Parts: sequence; structure tokens; C-alpha cells
Amino acid sequence: MQLEELHEIAETEREAQKQFSKNLHVCVAAGCLSQRSDQILTALQTEVKARGMDGCCKVKGVGCMGLCAAGPLLRSEPQHTYYRGLAPDHPEILNAILDNLDDRPVPEFALSPELPFFSAQRKIVLENCGEIDPERIEEYIAAGGYEALLTAIATRSSDDVVQEVIRSGLRGRGGGGYPTGLKWSMVAKAPGSQKYVICNADEGDPGAFMDRSVLESDPHRVLEGMILAAYAVGASKGYIYCRAEYPLAVKRLKIAIRQAERLGLLGKRIGDSDFGFEIEIRLGAGAFVCGEETALIASVEGKRGVPRPRPPFPAYSGLNHCATLLNNVETFANIAPILRNGGDWYAAIGTEKSKGTKVFALVGDVVNTGLIEVAMGIKLRDLVFTLGGGMVGNHHFKAVQTGGPSGGCLPDQFLDMSVDYESLMAAGSIMGSGGMIVMDDTACMVDVAKFFMDFTRDESCGKCIPCRVGTTQLHGLLERISEGKGQMEDIDTLERLGRMVKRTALCGLGQTAPNPVSSTLRYFRDEYENHIRTRTCPQGRCACTKAQPAAQHE
Amino acid sequence: MLAYPVSVPLPSADKRWKLVEATIRRHGHKGTALIEVLHTVQESFGFLDEVSLRFVATSLRLPLSKVYGVATFYHYFTLKPPGEHTCVVCMGTGCYVKGAGDLLRTIEETAHIKPGETTPDGKISVVAARCIGACSLAPALVFDGEVQSKADSDAIRREFRRWMGHAA
Repeated sequence: MQLEELHEIAETEREAQKQFSKNLHVCVAAGCLSQRSDQILTALQTEVKARGMDGCCKVKGVGCMGLCAAGPLLRSEPQHTYYRGLAPDHPEILNAILDNLDDRPVPEFALSPELPFFSAQRKIVLENCGEIDPERIEEYIAAGGYEALLTAIATRSSDDVVQEVIRSGLRGRGGGGYPTGLKWSMVAKAPGSQKYVICNADEGDPGAFMDRSVLESDPHRVLEGMILAAYAVGASKGYIYCRAEYPLAVKRLKIAIRQAERLGLLGKRIGDSDFGFEIEIRLGAGAFVCGEETALIASVEGKRGVPRPRPPFPAYSGLNHCATLLNNVETFANIAPILRNGGDWYAAIGTEKSKGTKVFALVGDVVNTGLIEVAMGIKLRDLVFTLGGGMVGNHHFKAVQTGGPSGGCLPDQFLDMSVDYESLMAAGSIMGSGGMIVMDDTACMVDVAKFFMDFTRDESCGKCIPCRVGTTQLHGLLERISEGKGQMEDIDTLERLGRMVKRTALCGLGQTAPNPVSSTLRYFRDEYENHIRTRTCPQGRCACTKAQPAAQHE
Repeated sequence: MLAYPVSVPLPSADKRWKLVEATIRRHGHKGTALIEVLHTVQESFGFLDEVSLRFVATSLRLPLSKVYGVATFYHYFTLKPPGEHTCVVCMGTGCYVKGAGDLLRTIEETAHIKPGETTPDGKISVVAARCIGACSLAPALVFDGEVQSKADSDAIRREFRRWMGHAA
């Protein structure tokens, strides 16, 4: 496969698409699929055919359009309209939509793309999500896919590719924020003839589904990023370590790999060069610690996912003791656009130290829950109130939790903070992989801290004592407080123990495990004190309140 | 390198062992394929029992202790046979703040089982999941593979009644 052939495929596909003057895109990513969007897709296809419109109207399944709260979603072009809340057992709505394709959109179900949720986004990673059929490589190619790869192989040296990524200022999107270009150049310079590229698709943060959506909506984008990375660092073999809990993502990845192999974009002699690269999928088996790179590598090797001390870093000695490049799904998804448009283009987006865009899973007590991509440096307030549409019901904003079990809860005083790696870190949280859980005034912060500590306690691999014992003790203290049996000294103990675990744990899981406790202690200390002093939970979330009515009866 | 072909007799005439053997062969009997092979066993049989763990250990030339270690390390693998029906409760943060804890309480009241347990009649298993990635539709449940978004206690009672009804 060479560039000319790729252009031919793209041209043929674009011609074929031009035949259809009307396009209906039905979201068939996991969120909408759980609301039977597949049946809506079939119902629409059948109806369009029955009406004899199948020559001019194309109905197709696409990936995530973002606003999962309003799903199942449908987009109608060229009407430029989203339709919300469809149901397969209400054919009259679908009929009304088809009746009005040439007219004004049906107002009862229409959503304007001018809504801030859509218009305030800046899409790079998600640019194809909701646009293309994730199971057809031709559509990805027609959208400019694999052009960056074949151009790079034909015209650029591998060092040149690394330099472009360095110039972009891209940082690891899995949570750590390590400069991607630097990591690539380390692996490229590492000795050894066998090198590996691994994609971390073991999205373990509870409350986050960015990677799942990208894999389900645009799998080729991730493959192209990985192949480019392999070309840049000199790897010949790659693995995608994907959660077994994401069967649809795995299925679409498998289809994508097969299609790319058939077109000679994967396998031997890619782009008729000497460069060859193959990708295999490895299923995770539900261990949060496998997000840590050395644990993930152990798991790919078929072992228990237990981290080991670093150095040596995987960039020098990783999988099978060979140099290994490990990046997250979203990081790889950024690569093709960076090479297509140049590192400087990417670096112009975002803030000085946090370049580009970030995908967030906006969930919790906001109106517009879903998947969004925004430029770094956006105000937290804009995320929650402009894109998120504010809080559900008449409730007030209380906190936003970022970074999953390694992150923290930020109160309203941070609403005007810029969302970037440094600001979040300074505020006591982290960027993390992109989960953003908004909580209203009904949330109890002790309960939230306990929830996360229960999580890390359970997920601790047990190798190092600070994490194995420390998380259990921290959880025990929180449980005591939430049951109304806490003492004031417990707060000091929580702080002291938290600092100790942070300093002495072996890997990132343990080192960050106390963060949810320390951040809630920092900003919501009065809630802890209230639980201890009054032995009740004002929000009624903790176990101590249950005993309360019984006590009053006496 | 050991190049001799390993032929371990299949534990029984059950056709599902052929699937397991195919995965083992596809990975060249390599120990690094352990997790992949265990996935196939669980997919085929629903759980991992002693017979299958011993078979996998011999086929991949790994100590049984290592196979058992991996099988018990990962949450996804289960050593107990699942019930006829499975209800997965997502306990991700998004679902938790939206009341997944209440759903677990309803399940306990309705079927008298906790996550990880199966009803004595073997009808229903309940599993708590870390996060199934349906956070924007929280709280989420999975009834026999079908995701139920924005679930409530009524949905659980309805489904459980239906499942228990199959017994009659």
C-alpha cells in the first residue's frame, strides 16, 4: 500500500458518500447501545428502504457523539440537528423525523449543535467519533486516516517523527503527564534490536470511559498512533492491553486490526518499506494496579499484575526485558493529527505547559453527562456549568472529583481555576485519565473518601506493606468516623498515616491512594469534625445516620 | 528452547476443551499466554475449577501454584460456578454517587445475597463491578449481559422476580 493507493480508496469512498444527500447517524457506542440504539438503527434502515429513500438517504451506525445523557442520539445531516431520547418502540417519532428530512427538524426532540455542550468543545482526539462507521476502514481513510502514517514512512526519518512529537508538547494522557516525545526518544535511543509498543487500554479509573469511547468509535486512530510510534522508536511488535469488561471495544479493535492488515497498513513491509509491525490484543482481567506500567507489563507476560521498583524503566527494560514504549489510548489517538498538522499547530492549543486538548468523562450530578473534549486551560466553571449545563434539580455545586482514586475533590473556590496538569496538582488533585465526577450538596465527603479508600484497599496488590496495610488502616479509620464512632485524634492519624503511605509505597497506586482523604480533609475538614462531634451524617449517606431515628424513639 | 510438541490429554470429551486447546495451540503452549487461556476457559465453562487449572498448568508447563496465583489475583476470574442469571452492579464512582449503594441494599433485601454470592438454588449471582464505563447513565446494572442504564430498585425487583419465577 502506497500513498497513491490510499488516496484512491479515500476518493472512491468520498464519491460513494456523495451519492447520499441525506445522512442519519445513529450512535452505536456502549452508552446508547444500552438504550437499544441498535434497534433504532435497524428500524430506520428498514423504514428508509420501505419508503424507497435508500438511494438518497444513508442511515449508519457511528461512534459516541458525546451527550450520553440524552441518548440514544441521532444526527441528521444536512439538517445539522441532533435528535435526543429516541426509543425503538416509538416508531412515530422515527417516522416524524423521516417525514421532515427536507423540512424543519421536529422541534420536540431536536437539539441544536449550537448548544454550548457541542459548540464549546475542541475536538482532535474525538474528531471522527460520531462521524465515521468504526467498523469500516474506508471511512477512516476518507476522513484522512493513515495519511500521516504513509507520509511519515515515505518521507520522514524516525528521528524526525520523534522530534515532531517533542515539538507538540504532548504529555501522557493516562494520568502521569510525562512528556510523550521524551519517552519516545528514550525508547528510540535504548539499545537492543527487539522493542515493543504497548497501548494501555486498561481504563481502570472508576467513573471514566474516555478510552472506551475512543476504542469503540475510532479504533483505527489508535492503531495509526501505535504504528507511527513503532516506526519512530524502531519496534516490530505491539500489544493493546484492553479491559475484558469492554467487549465491544475488543471486538471493534479486532475488526480494525484485520482490516489494516488486509490493506498492508499492519504486518510486514508497511507502505512498501522495510518497516514491519504487528499488533496483538491482550485482555486485562480486572486489576486496577495494571494501570501502573510495570504491573501492566507483568500482566502482558501472563503473570500476576504486580509492579516492580523502577529503575530500570520500561523504556530500557520492559516486556521480556526489552525496551518498551507504553502509552495510553488517548495519547496514541493524538499522534496522527500531530503529524498531519505539525507539532507547532498542536502546541498552539492549550496552556504553556499543558498543550493540546483533553477528553473528559463528565459524570455525576450535572445535567449534560457525557464525553467531552476541550482545550487545556478551560475554566472548571465552564466545564461544569457551560458544557455540563449546571447541576440537576435545585441542588448546589459541592465538589468535583478528578483523577479517580489517585485524585482529589475540589470545592467551589476552585471553579475559576484553569484545568491543566499544574493547576490541578497545586490544588491537591491530579489530571488523571480524565474522569470528572461532579457532586452536589447531597454528597458526603467522608463517604466519598471512604468509597475511594475501599477501592484502593481492595485493589492494592499486596506487594508492599505501606499500601497493603496502610490503605486498610485508612479505610478502617474512615469507617469508624462514618459509623459515628470516631475520635478527634482519628483526623490526625489519617493525616499522619496518609503522609507515610504517600512517601513509602512502591508504586503510583499506593503513593496516590491517600489523595482522596487528604484533599477532602483539606477542603471539607468540618464534615469530618461534624461526623465525629455529632455522630451523625448531615447528608444521610453514612451508616451513623441510620441509628439516629431509632435513638430518637427512645 | 524446548521444541517438542506438548500433548496433554483433554480432561473429558466435553467439546469446550477443544476451544481451550485451540487457544493454547495458537499461543504456542507459551506460559505468557496464561491469562489469555484462562479467559477462554472462563468464557467456555463460566468459571475456573480445579480440573481446568490443572489442565492449563500442565499444557503451558507452569507450576499449578502460579496458575492458581494468577486466577485468584484478577477480579475477572471466578473459581465458583455462576448462577443461572447474573446481575452485575456497577460500583464505579459515577454510579456510586448516583446511588449504587442503595441498589446493593435492594438486592440484599430481595435475594438475600451480597456481591460475589449466588442464591442457594443457583438461580442468581450478584457481582459488583469496578466500572463498566456507562458512567453517564448512572447508576448502571447488567442483567445477563444487557446493560440497564439509570437503574432503580424497581428494575431489580422486577427482573429478580422474573428470574426467580423460572424456578416454578
